[in-house]
Amino acid sequence: MTAQLKILAAVIGVTLFIYIIELVRKRSLREEYAWLWMLTGLMIVVLSLWYDLLVFLGRLLGGILPSALLFFFGLLSLLLICLHLSIKLSTLTDQVKRLSQELALQRTEKNRSEENS
Amino acid sequence: MKRENQFAVLIPAYNEADRIATTIAGIREVCSAEIVVISDGSTDSTAANVRETGSVVIELPFNLGYGAALQTGYQYALKQGYDFAVQMDADGQHDPAFIPLLMKKVQTGMADVAIGSRFLGEGVYHLSLTRKAGVLFFRSLASLLTRQTVTDPTSGFQALNRKAMEFCASEAYPTDFPDADVLVMLHKRGIKFTEVPVRMHQNTKKKTMHSGLVPIYYLFKMILSIFVTLLRNHELRRKP
Repeated sequence: MTAQLKILAAVIGVTLFIYIIELVRKRSLREEYAWLWMLTGLMIVVLSLWYDLLVFLGRLLGGILPSALLFFFGLLSLLLICLHLSIKLSTLTDQVKRLSQELALQRTEKNRSEENS
Repeated sequence: MKRENQFAVLIPAYNEADRIATTIAGIREVCSAEIVVISDGSTDSTAANVRETGSVVIELPFNLGYGAALQTGYQYALKQGYDFAVQMDADGQHDPAFIPLLMKKVQTGMADVAIGSRFLGEGVYHLSLTRKAGVLFFRSLASLLTRQTVTDPTSGFQALNRKAMEFCASEAYPTDFPDADVLVMLHKRGIKFTEVPVRMHQNTKKKTMHSGLVPIYYLFKMILSIFVTLLRNHELRRKP
């Protein structure tokens, strides 16, 4: 892994980390969605600076290039974040559906009682 | 309010302004049940046309899908204290003349759900080759898993008693394309269903619910839904 790549990965990781904190501070991102992103940023920083750990993990997985391993972990994190978001999206869809049904039923009830009175 | 032995006719409708009044008039000719149209985020005058007929209209703020619209109808019917309900399509495909026949099956306690089947001898119903293959596949799958003969697993013309209505109003009910998977769910919950021969008219609408890439999603969704139903325990998940 070249020094340039190391620096680039560390810069990306730190920037991501700081940006996530800023988004949470501005209340643009909820804490429940921030933790996976922060974990990703932290992981990129740790793995790019702690080169020996990367080499060790690469050997453990059958001699994978450290730089390839770094991007592999990045990709894995993105996959987990996407899955997490899909789960949240399903919950939200369900909640919106229930709210719309409740709203429609109450409106119907209100119209009926107005017609009857 | 308890409405013993009375029933409501539930009709989910999405942009059916042209045909809804005729469908309602057809139902009125055969029964005096309360007609409830669930306008699923229609952007045309469906709701206004229903109101003109004096029927009840539940207006969903946006399109939630066929199953969710039906589910809303069942929630309404239960709230109103109905013991029975009939569900049918808004496009005039289902012949209202068969409503009394379907109702008789559930009112006499012969079944919890009476499903109108277009393939049991009443009239002729033509299907495209792909739809024929789909019906054949899900017919075999539903028959195998429910251990009874199912001929029309996609029929939306049904009569239900309160027990079955409570399931349809619950969160366990699938909100998009409730078809063969519902039959498996009913079977797992001990809700008895039977098929009744009915006549169905060909759908004249150019664009149906099953057009474009939808059949591919339908196939995937239905198989996944049936598979996970088999993995789940059969306890009814009640709406919190």
